Amino acid sequence: MKTVTDTGIAFAREMVPELRAPIALAVNAVLPLLFLALFGPLLTSTPGIGEGSPWQWFLPGILVLLALSGTAGAGANLLMEINSGSFERMLVTPMNRTALLAGRTLKEVLTLAAQGVLLILVLLPTSFELFPLGALAGLVLLATFGVGLGALSFTLAVLARKQEQVFYLVQQACFLPLMLLSGVLLPMSLAPSWLYTVSRFNPVAHIVEAERALFAGRFAEPAVLYGGVCALAIAGLGLFFGARVMRDVRV
Amino acid sequence: MIQTRALTRSFRIKKGVVEAVRGLDLSVSEGELVAFLGPNGAGKSTSLRMLTSLLSPTSGTAVVAGHDVVREPAQVRRHIGYLGQGNNAGHLYEPRDELYNQGRFYGMDRRAARRRADELLTDFDLAPMARRRVGSLSGGQRRRLDIALALVHRPRLLFLDEPSTGLDPQSRAHIWQHIRRLHELHGTTISFSTHYLEEADQYAGRVLIIDNGRVVADDRPERLKEQQASDCITVTTGDEESARHAATVGEQVPGAHGATVDGKTVRLRLGDGAAGLPEYLRALEAAGVKALTAELSRPTLDDVFLNLTGRRLRETAAEQESGEA
Repeated sequence: MKTVTDTGIAFAREMVPELRAPIALAVNAVLPLLFLALFGPLLTSTPGIGEGSPWQWFLPGILVLLALSGTAGAGANLLMEINSGSFERMLVTPMNRTALLAGRTLKEVLTLAAQGVLLILVLLPTSFELFPLGALAGLVLLATFGVGLGALSFTLAVLARKQEQVFYLVQQACFLPLMLLSGVLLPMSLAPSWLYTVSRFNPVAHIVEAERALFAGRFAEPAVLYGGVCALAIAGLGLFFGARVMRDVRV
Repeated sequence: MIQTRALTRSFRIKKGVVEAVRGLDLSVSEGELVAFLGPNGAGKSTSLRMLTSLLSPTSGTAVVAGHDVVREPAQVRRHIGYLGQGNNAGHLYEPRDELYNQGRFYGMDRRAARRRADELLTDFDLAPMARRRVGSLSGGQRRRLDIALALVHRPRLLFLDEPSTGLDPQSRAHIWQHIRRLHELHGTTISFSTHYLEEADQYAGRVLIIDNGRVVADDRPERLKEQQASDCITVTTGDEESARHAATVGEQVPGAHGATVDGKTVRLRLGDGAAGLPEYLRALEAAGVKALTAELSRPTLDDVFLNLTGRRLRETAAEQESGEA
């Protein structure tokens, strides 16, 4: 019970700067908006993206990109608080330590979902077709993925607190291959077979494919199952490692 | 309030093991104001961090505010306030936000947390900055906010890790005014670490001198100075021969520990300089030695540190700073 209450309190603290300056939320969504506006139209006659609006195919991938570029970097904020001393102060309070991390993760997930909704709203006046249930399921899947990414990013921040560069190094080293091998920008079906095979080992590729099925209103597809399992596994790993480092963290 | 037995902490580093604290036996009663004085790296912070449950001891036990730091860290945390060397408040926040958040962290309801935040803003002269960003406050203002944050839950026991390091003299005095008021008005038990000897001397009721992970002395500052160092009378004479003569005379003064001559200057160490000075001057006159100037200096904690460790605290600090740079 205390863990839940404390998570709420930690979450409320994290939300304060966001609510004070909601513009930051929109600024963070600029990168994906640029992709939608300037890269999306290039896809019009690309084979493998299906009929209809290119955005129909592109948006789900962009949502995942949003998680990879934004949520996965959440640890940078924690790193800043570790180095300034404000995190240490929280460790000396009776707050449940897992809740300190969970509250932060929750804020990252909510931010991610809000940006996802923002992108959907931007596309509504276009030829993009919205399947409400599918989109909702897609956002839930995205949030699950976000829980895992956020928690892993915080874990990394705690582990790398003494050498900040390690955090950015690892984050960048993971970001590019995960993104390039996920088919966010171009369909993996265009890839030569070796590249396609490699992409099968990238959980993010499965999540992207699941998102695409869901945003097209298709639930009963193996891709949805695989993507769901991958997202749940990442969330589970993130929470497990996160709780572990928080238990005996010292800064 | 604090009871430790044989508390140690060692760190593994690349080149082996560093014993940061080597056996801390400490007993602090309610209402004491205790300074942990020592050079950087002496083990002051490590000790405080073990007592506040931030760091688990390698061996030994510590009971703080009635609870064991290893077995009941949550109970310890509930009853203590802590000020680390960094900034307690998040830089992206406003002071009032963080005071409110801190109240919530300690289980206050929203109204109580808001009320307490406003109370502390007034107490610490921070009301005009309540709505500014913490990152834009001056060093002194930020440090005051840090202390206010440590007091949100009205702890009976407070740990301050170098509360005034890096501040200008005026801000330091201001910070200390607040800490002393807390101690005098509410009887809060306070332990603070410092490498400023003036601070330990001026404010603490009891000083623990820490060097190399060990407590080398533990007493009231006046007693430490009395027992571990002596007063010094410096007399200058017209020529070197008179100086030598003056030294011989000085050694006969009751309570004198010895005299040294340096050119035309004589330094006489003795227990009670205030009583010894007129006596010495009379003896010099009787011996026909003309003293041109006479000066009495009382010992500082630095002299105590020198006597105990063979080094000066100031030099040790300076060495480390140049070593770090």
